[in-house]
Amino acid sequence: MMAENPYLPFSSEILDVIKHTGKEYTFRMHFTGDVKPGQFFEVSVPKFGEAPISVSGIGEDFVDLTIRRVGRVTNEVFEHYKGQSLLMRGPYGNGFDVDLYREGETVVVAGGTGVSPVRGVINALSQMPNASDKYVIVGFRSPDDLLFRDDLARWDGLLNLIQTVDSGPEGYTGRVGLVTKFIADLPLKDPAAAKAVVVGPPPMMKFTIIELQKKGFKDENITVSYERKMCCGLGKCGHCRVNDTYICLDGPVFNYTEGRLLMD
Amino acid sequence: MGYLLNAEGFDSTIRELSKKYRLYAPVLKKGEGRFLDTDVVRYDFVTEASQIELDAKSDYAFKEFLTPLSETLFYFTENQVREADLDPKPVIIFLRSCDIHAAKRMDQMYLANGSAKDPFYQRRRDLVHFALIGCDHSYPNCFCASMGSNVTQDGYLFSIERAGEGYQSDVKDDGLQELFAANAVSQKDVVPAHVSENDVKVTVPETIPLAEIIKNSLWDEYDSRCIACGRCNFACPTCTCFTMQDIYYTDNGKVGERRRVGASCMVDGYSTVAGGGQYRRKHGERMRFKALHKIYDFRKRFGYDMCVGCGRCDDICPEYISFSNIINKVNTAAGQILSAEKEAE
Repeated sequence: MMAENPYLPFSSEILDVIKHTGKEYTFRMHFTGDVKPGQFFEVSVPKFGEAPISVSGIGEDFVDLTIRRVGRVTNEVFEHYKGQSLLMRGPYGNGFDVDLYREGETVVVAGGTGVSPVRGVINALSQMPNASDKYVIVGFRSPDDLLFRDDLARWDGLLNLIQTVDSGPEGYTGRVGLVTKFIADLPLKDPAAAKAVVVGPPPMMKFTIIELQKKGFKDENITVSYERKMCCGLGKCGHCRVNDTYICLDGPVFNYTEGRLLMD
Repeated sequence: MGYLLNAEGFDSTIRELSKKYRLYAPVLKKGEGRFLDTDVVRYDFVTEASQIELDAKSDYAFKEFLTPLSETLFYFTENQVREADLDPKPVIIFLRSCDIHAAKRMDQMYLANGSAKDPFYQRRRDLVHFALIGCDHSYPNCFCASMGSNVTQDGYLFSIERAGEGYQSDVKDDGLQELFAANAVSQKDVVPAHVSENDVKVTVPETIPLAEIIKNSLWDEYDSRCIACGRCNFACPTCTCFTMQDIYYTDNGKVGERRRVGASCMVDGYSTVAGGGQYRRKHGERMRFKALHKIYDFRKRFGYDMCVGCGRCDDICPEYISFSNIINKVNTAAGQILSAEKEAE
């Protein structure tokens, strides 16, 4: 055996499975090492493959991995139940530095599964003494696509939560509209000093940032996290490269002054 | 020390070397080319001097030993995970100057990009020694002189090239002097042949105005010309990308392997994320992604250019796309953009 093999996965027990929608579950995996929100693991089912999954929750002896069933590996992951094990390696990437958002006003804008990597950030914001200065805008495709329902209910009382869906069925009474719609009306005292975190599908991120800039946010106060196909997590496989940057090593979390320079 | 060898001497040297080393060399494969009745020169293990192709540029690169197109990393048997074995016999790779320079780029990616060294690469690399094949002339599409990879002064055990009816070698490795001396016709100072000029010349722009070059219309023609087959990547001695791939044995689903297989940034699926989202759909965008990596992005990260100017991508492209032309087009466009910016100031 090689002395050190970063490709060698370890086995981790599934402590719990939390079902959000028909195809999105959170797998609570046993893990005790250092990990930050926004980092990711390569999760694998041997003989089926590996997939990069971002950390959606962190506890003393676990990490939460919120997984959407969309491919060969994730289909197989969904065949696993509480008490069984999955293989993992990681965590990889830089992750969010929650301390950046302690002072002053902060706005988190997240769309769909983009909520997973920032869930730890939102949890931290909700516990801060100045939580009334913290705003969270989360958007999902439809009311059936909601993730983290319990968290949403809890966050609603602790900080300023704006929860929206792209479109709702007839008679739906909740907020409807893209996340971008709610940025202009945020009652911020000082947008030029406020911080923002943006995570979601590429078009959502693009237009959210435009709205934030219009509102008066400075690029250096915006943090983004990018999704790429990371096959190795170690800066070798090349799939996540953009220009001279490897998302798995240098990201996936970037200050927007760096993030805006990344052109696919 | 340098030596002159006749055919017999070269042959017995190779036979002797193959006792201690596996010899990995370019081999002319008759009739195995892409089209009917065409040949191909690709790397393979040899045991005899006559198998080594010293006269042609190989169509594919030496990298297939270091990063095989498909390499098993782990075997899975029920709950057990076992690392794949590797033949520990050392290897001598016969390659040209450009390719020795390419090996430095491969080391850079696998051993020095990020804090983790790639152990599967490292264990192969540790076995590898180089034998330099001298170039007494430039081959079609070569532009090594422009990329500064035409000369190699060290980093090889010995060199080999034709000299009249026989061969000549510059032996660097002290352990091999005796073997060469015993098989040589005579001793002679040998400087491995190298080219100092190619027919194809490129100018890599020092500064590239990235945002403008990315948007430049020069990439548009490749939307239709390039068929995204990825041959350029697989022939390139500096392309290192791979994809993880698991398989299971169909007659026993409890047993399988984790492999890594060669990947190409030109081919569909390279950037596809969960749910089907993908970056760089247009072939021109992929061409730009590859080209700028070779002559800009890599340099920005590591301080020197990735492309070594071997020209294999030009040799192999079924659409006759010339990479050296692309470099020169980028240079022209970058020059125009920069001088327009200067005028505007």
